[in-house]
Amino acid sequence: MDTTVVNTGTEGKTWGGGNQPLKSSYGKMMMWFFIVSDALTFSGFLAAYGFSRFKFIDSWPIADEVFTHIPFYHEPAPMIYVAFMTFVLIMSSVTMVLAVDAGHHMQKSKVTFYMLLTIIGGLIFVGSQAWEWKTFIQGDYGAIQTKGGNILQFVDTDGHRVALRDFVVAEDKDRIEHESKSGLWFVGEGSLPTYTVDEVIKGLESHSDVLVRTQIINEHGEKTILSRTESLSQIKNNSKIVVEGANLIVNEYGTSLFADFFFFITGFHGFHVFSGVIINIIIFFNVILGTYERRGSYEMVEKVGLYWHFVDLVWVFVFTFFYLV
Amino acid sequence: MADAHKLEILRGLVKFKSNTQKIWGVLILLTIITTVEVVFGIYKPEALMGNLLGMKILNWIFIILTLVKAYYITWDFMHMRDETAALRRMVVWTAVFLICYLIYILLQEGGYVFDVYKDGFIKRDF
Repeated sequence: MDTTVVNTGTEGKTWGGGNQPLKSSYGKMMMWFFIVSDALTFSGFLAAYGFSRFKFIDSWPIADEVFTHIPFYHEPAPMIYVAFMTFVLIMSSVTMVLAVDAGHHMQKSKVTFYMLLTIIGGLIFVGSQAWEWKTFIQGDYGAIQTKGGNILQFVDTDGHRVALRDFVVAEDKDRIEHESKSGLWFVGEGSLPTYTVDEVIKGLESHSDVLVRTQIINEHGEKTILSRTESLSQIKNNSKIVVEGANLIVNEYGTSLFADFFFFITGFHGFHVFSGVIINIIIFFNVILGTYERRGSYEMVEKVGLYWHFVDLVWVFVFTFFYLV
Repeated sequence: MADAHKLEILRGLVKFKSNTQKIWGVLILLTIITTVEVVFGIYKPEALMGNLLGMKILNWIFIILTLVKAYYITWDFMHMRDETAALRRMVVWTAVFLICYLIYILLQEGGYVFDVYKDGFIKRDF
């Protein structure tokens, strides 16, 4: 007697095996499920950003005052550069989907050309991202951090930002940067700020038109500007260090969490773009070598295409939550 | 090749002759939306600065426009429009449900921590 059950009673039904109920290949489906999990990772980051922002809702930096730079143009112009970056990424998404479409029609030379454009678009984006990081890290105006960790910035009587270099004079300093060769070799120190707190106090005292601006956002959606006496007393009583630019510890634009999230989220996204470019390059050479022509299907282009569009999709959200909202 | 693509967007308001044409059409749509966002972001019209459900009206507009963009990227560039309903729901419903849940919890908690700070239990103005 036959003891093995070979009949499951589901033959010919949807899940009986041997067919594809989702009408999608294994590889494409797995790419979709990877994208879902990656989307949840990015949502986790952005939701954490939202958490910190709601926690400091009345003192969060205003993005339009932070990201104002355009290469070769020295007036502050918010939004323009990041809009350019967004457009580059959307455009490279378009060339990617055109490559996928050409792949459906088995047009090797068109796939090659569109893949090349996609790679170039990706490189322009990563380059722009690097430049954005550079300006962010370098900083512009400089600020004072108080004992409580708050950031005090400087404005003139019209409310325009004033840089430290415009009213502070650097004097001779006794204190020089510690180097491991000249002292404790296991203690490191980052580069010292151009000015000391005392020099900033002197500069503020001698420039009666300079005022202090706190992080607190008033009812007009602008940062609060202190009166001249309040400015002087804040700087004299609470100043701790001079901050120029931003890193993971201090940040001249406001709460250091803002810089931390900026580096973390745009960095993680930039890493995705970078790895996407690498994968695109690999596929690009496979296309040239005729791998997919011989295989009879350009589905691999479609799969990396899904990943590439996902990177664009994430940027759309990063753009909104970092630069717009 | 007779395209297996659905060639309508905006619920059939715009119909395209080929998939390539649809791609350019979607690009135009995405560009228009981004331009609107950037213009609003630069000029910040006073009329849209009012408060609605805990956020500025302008911010709601940005978020809705972003979701519209995300829809077109997923549906047309990633060809979600052409996948079976089952695959589409597996991906979209799962992600949307979990993300909404996460956002709700974290933003709610963030607002709570803000209140704790604000009501003076913790001093950070120094």
